[in-house]
Amino acid sequence: MVSLNSYLLVSAVLFSLGTIGVLTRKNAIVIFMCIELMLNSVNLTFIALSRHLGNLDGQIFVLFVMTVAAAEAAVGLALMIAFYNNKETIDVDDVNMLKW
Amino acid sequence: MESLFFTIVTVVAIISGILVITCKNPINNALSLVMTFFCLATYYVMLDAPFMAAVQVMVYAGAIMVLIVFTIMLLNIRVDATKSHTHKVIAGSIIGFFTLLNALFVILKSRAALPTGPYSGETIRQVGHTELIGKEMFTNFLLPFEATSILLLVAIIGAVILAKKKL
Repeated sequence: MVSLNSYLLVSAVLFSLGTIGVLTRKNAIVIFMCIELMLNSVNLTFIALSRHLGNLDGQIFVLFVMTVAAAEAAVGLALMIAFYNNKETIDVDDVNMLKW
Repeated sequence: MESLFFTIVTVVAIISGILVITCKNPINNALSLVMTFFCLATYYVMLDAPFMAAVQVMVYAGAIMVLIVFTIMLLNIRVDATKSHTHKVIAGSIIGFFTLLNALFVILKSRAALPTGPYSGETIRQVGHTELIGKEMFTNFLLPFEATSILLLVAIIGAVILAKKKL
């Protein structure tokens, strides 16, 4: 029987990896993938705690997180395509039109 | 036996997680991310949540990753090895490290509440996970479930409008 803490530790490590990726990468699609990684590590926390508490609310919440992630994927990738059409790049360093 | 399996899956998950943030080519990042998703699906099976594992594989490893790979192929971004990271690698790593320390501190110093709900592993295995999730979702969580459909509709319309060159 694997303890609850092991799952939470794995989840913490994956979340930190996602944070590092978001803060250090330049390619917008890679940043997007790192955000997905963070969302997934949170899902693992939800399901591990839901199993521990004997309560299914956490797993329902995971379904909603997945829905939001799917919507985010659709809109985010459409934004990247629109941006690429304008600027021929998706480096986040080049997205500085609102900076002055 | 279970802890050995858990260790193997954890090693694979963390290695592929590291590959997600270090690979130069976006396609390699995407494939590593698929590997991480499969490891998470394995965890869900080990946690008596087979329905969540199936949804994880279908929605994440299937739909979302196909969308991402499709976009990578469509944009045909050239791989520039020297410019794939910003110059703030060290600062970002330090922040991520402190996030990890903070999470480890909270996890190791605190204790989770004792089990309170009615759904033990035995109940889930006897009744069936999908049935329990369905009952819960269509009784207690009906309103959020309906709100989700509006969210998806908005996302569809938004994606079409954004991706079109001229309306």
